[in-house]
Amino acid sequence: MADDRDDSETTPAKGVSRRGFFTAVGAGAIGAATLAKAQPGAVAPLAAKEEPATITLVVNGRRRRLLAEPRWTLLFVLREKLGLTGTKVGCERGECGACTVLIDGTPRYACMTLALEAVGHEITTLEGLMHGEELGPVQQAFLAEDGLQCGYCTPGQVMAAEGLLRANPEPTLDEIRLGMSGNLCRCGAYAHIFKAVAKASQLRKAAGGEP
Amino acid sequence: MKTRELYYVDGAVPQSDAPERSPRPWGRTRVVGRPLPRIDGYERLSGAAVYPSDVVLPQMLYGAIVRCPHAHAKVTTVDAGAAAKMPGVRAVITGATPAADLRWYYSPTVVTKLFDPECRFAGEAVAAVAAETPQQAWDAARAVAVEYELLPFVVDEHKALAAGAAAVQPGGNRVGEPVRYARGDVAGGFAAADKVLEATYSTAAEIHTPMELHGCVASWDGPRLTIWESTQGVYPVQQRVAAALGMPLANVRVIGRYMGGGFGSKLQADKYDLAAAVLAKLAARPVKLFITREESFVCVGNRPPMTMRLKAGVKSDGTLTALEMTVLGTGGAYPAGGTSLADWLVRDLYLCPNVRTEMTDVFINGGPARAFRAPGHPQGAWALEQMMDALAAAIGMDPVELRLKNIPKVSQARGGQPYTSTGLDRCLTEGAAAFGWSQARRRAKADGPLRRGVGMAAGMWVAGGGGPPSTIVVKLFADGSANLNMGASDLGTGTKTVMAMVVSEELGVPLDRIEIENADTGTTQYATASGGSKTVPTESPAVRDAALAVKRQLLAIASDELKAPAEALRIEGDEVVSSADPAARRQIARLEGLQRRGVLVGVGTRGPNPEGKIVNPVAAQFCEVEVDTRTGVVRVLRFLSANDSGRVMDRLTYESQVIGGITMGIGLGLTEQRVFDRQTGTMVNANWHDYKIPTAMDVPADIVAVPIETPDDEANTAGAKGLGEPVTIPTAAAIANAVYDAVGVRVLDSPISPMRLAPLLSAARQGGGR
Repeated sequence: MADDRDDSETTPAKGVSRRGFFTAVGAGAIGAATLAKAQPGAVAPLAAKEEPATITLVVNGRRRRLLAEPRWTLLFVLREKLGLTGTKVGCERGECGACTVLIDGTPRYACMTLALEAVGHEITTLEGLMHGEELGPVQQAFLAEDGLQCGYCTPGQVMAAEGLLRANPEPTLDEIRLGMSGNLCRCGAYAHIFKAVAKASQLRKAAGGEP
Repeated sequence: MKTRELYYVDGAVPQSDAPERSPRPWGRTRVVGRPLPRIDGYERLSGAAVYPSDVVLPQMLYGAIVRCPHAHAKVTTVDAGAAAKMPGVRAVITGATPAADLRWYYSPTVVTKLFDPECRFAGEAVAAVAAETPQQAWDAARAVAVEYELLPFVVDEHKALAAGAAAVQPGGNRVGEPVRYARGDVAGGFAAADKVLEATYSTAAEIHTPMELHGCVASWDGPRLTIWESTQGVYPVQQRVAAALGMPLANVRVIGRYMGGGFGSKLQADKYDLAAAVLAKLAARPVKLFITREESFVCVGNRPPMTMRLKAGVKSDGTLTALEMTVLGTGGAYPAGGTSLADWLVRDLYLCPNVRTEMTDVFINGGPARAFRAPGHPQGAWALEQMMDALAAAIGMDPVELRLKNIPKVSQARGGQPYTSTGLDRCLTEGAAAFGWSQARRRAKADGPLRRGVGMAAGMWVAGGGGPPSTIVVKLFADGSANLNMGASDLGTGTKTVMAMVVSEELGVPLDRIEIENADTGTTQYATASGGSKTVPTESPAVRDAALAVKRQLLAIASDELKAPAEALRIEGDEVVSSADPAARRQIARLEGLQRRGVLVGVGTRGPNPEGKIVNPVAAQFCEVEVDTRTGVVRVLRFLSANDSGRVMDRLTYESQVIGGITMGIGLGLTEQRVFDRQTGTMVNANWHDYKIPTAMDVPADIVAVPIETPDDEANTAGAKGLGEPVTIPTAAAIANAVYDAVGVRVLDSPISPMRLAPLLSAARQGGGR
């Protein structure tokens, strides 16, 4: 097909009202406002949904600079632009947790986070839990207890477990359940996931609490 | 039972040649049966595994499908002009696009088009677009202007045959003649009974919703098409796509090395494959087309809802005298097995001389059903196993005892052919003992608002024996490491791990020195789709045959070099040793003949199943629940599953199958149901908030697997039967029986939601019940 027209990626910016921004991105903008308040100096710029902006994300300790549309989710950018496909896409509506990443150490749904909102925050993905080529303790525990089946929800489960254990290094079974309740597993591996999180708690402790 | 439906192929099921020799049964094993972690666990946990939805190709576009929002409508005009001019849009296809004028069939006689002018359910494909980003693709999809002529619809299967009901298909709403089965004298059986009970049970439609969405990446290389597909079977996808596009099979390569769950909904190609292929062709760019989560609820299958009237007669000593069942079900708007196998347990689970069943499958304006983990069986169990519980209560007998009274050793519904093995009695007795059934039954229910109860149910799976075809290639490299090549997908059941264990068992190669190549029509051997609980019993004998073919060559080489007869040689660790002369031994990696050859290749196939015998797995499950009588909330406290699936191949992934099947059964029993809006005919809960699958809060941590391990050496050379489906068949019924035990209320319709149970509890209280 001929590339005979300009795409919006290259269209110059037009004036955008604050109202237009909220209309364009919906509820995500509320999150942006909240995050921005918590982190002065990291205010997400207002822009049209298709107008690309250069942003810098800190992912797994590295700064990644890219051109992103304001409507792009962190999930989309991680997977399709940065090649970090350890983060999975399950629903894109905040229901399943397959896209769970850590933002400043706390589990968050990457599908409900705009890439712009993540600017100025530390993002950790499944790949960021690796010790070089070695699995980290939570990953090792999931392997040993078979806390996975098809493996597609697994990266999200691992990130949720990592976040839980950072906040609560020795959770009870009820705390594990609650901590993992934002992550669906259709293969139904939950009973093994509970065991895996308990084992991960021990492995992390043995490793001195390091992720 | 070798049907096209279970193997999901168009036309005849292909054959593979039987192996030339049949090895002795394993007896004691060294590797097989141990609790070993997954061979691909590292890839799945590190993020290194590339699932089809992870594929990103240079220049790749993103596709989206425009779907009909109406339950029944005729497409009058499609104006894609505005959409085609939108930013980033590279291709738009509609029913008027010549390249997209493709046939799509549901049966040999029910044929539609990729974009058919008549939309028979909300969610039918109408057009598709490809753009530089998914956001642009969706903007364009929304801008495709479609005008519809609305037609009358019916989404309630109970109204589908009523006079004046909207016709879903031109021939009316019956999917063929009712399926009838009868044996013995049913009227006589009821007359001879001491107790006859009758009830109508129903199960709601359940949606598969695997975690990885359905979809593919399609990429052309001139006349050749490569499709990365999230699928249970790369070969069925290749077959369908090649046929639809009129291409040679060799030019359609389907790759699905990893896949994120299917449960039966990914056994076949889908319209999105054709849409992606045509968009990619027209745009001359690769196209990634994965459907959205909302779409996954309406257009890629479901477990058909069923209404089951069941009448049963029993003597006071527990002998079943007659069973009579009528079933109404629907597979949606196209022929899709709306009552498929729903009566199988009534026909064959228990000894009963007099049985009659009749099943009526009707069309409604709903998405077509697809096979869903043991098609028809959990529904049938919901009816039969609640009925057995009620019969036991009616004659004052323990429910386990009643079932033990009626254990068949032959398949009554298949001409009395014997089972190669059936451990149903052991599942019941050993399961009950491990659960502490008798003690738990006697325990007080407590007087407060929280009441505890226990329940059990049994089941069998009509297939699960596997069979040909399967072809496997095992290569042994000069250093003694191995490569296993098989066509089968690993759905997360542990197929790859189990097959590597079989290679290790025969050749002594440690698992970390076995590389597996699978699920790729370009490079791996023919396999039917993974499904029907047939993958382990189908593939492991073929893997064993291939490994043995390598072993024979290896021992022949060693025999020359050690000057010892091959029959006296065996593999011990990384050496070949002679049983006759312990000094005669050599490291495999140092065999000169192997070095010279570089690689030994063994080809294995799956031999036929035993003539005149039936291979079926069986199960019994036990559970304890707590019912809050104020709210109707049911909590499952613990579960136990005793399964006879023959030899346990990997004790760890075996347990995973058990907990997974039970978890899915908890969904069927307690939370899952498709809800149609009767006014619009559309599904109102097509998302995971409103359609609730079990979460970590809904399942017990205490789930115990009790393998009743009797290697079935008559069934196949691995001694294994299927497991993945039997583990979910009795679950929902066991929960319903436990709820009855707890509160004395029988819930005949699934799911047992608080919304359903609370009014029943209230009615029971008013009626003087407890």
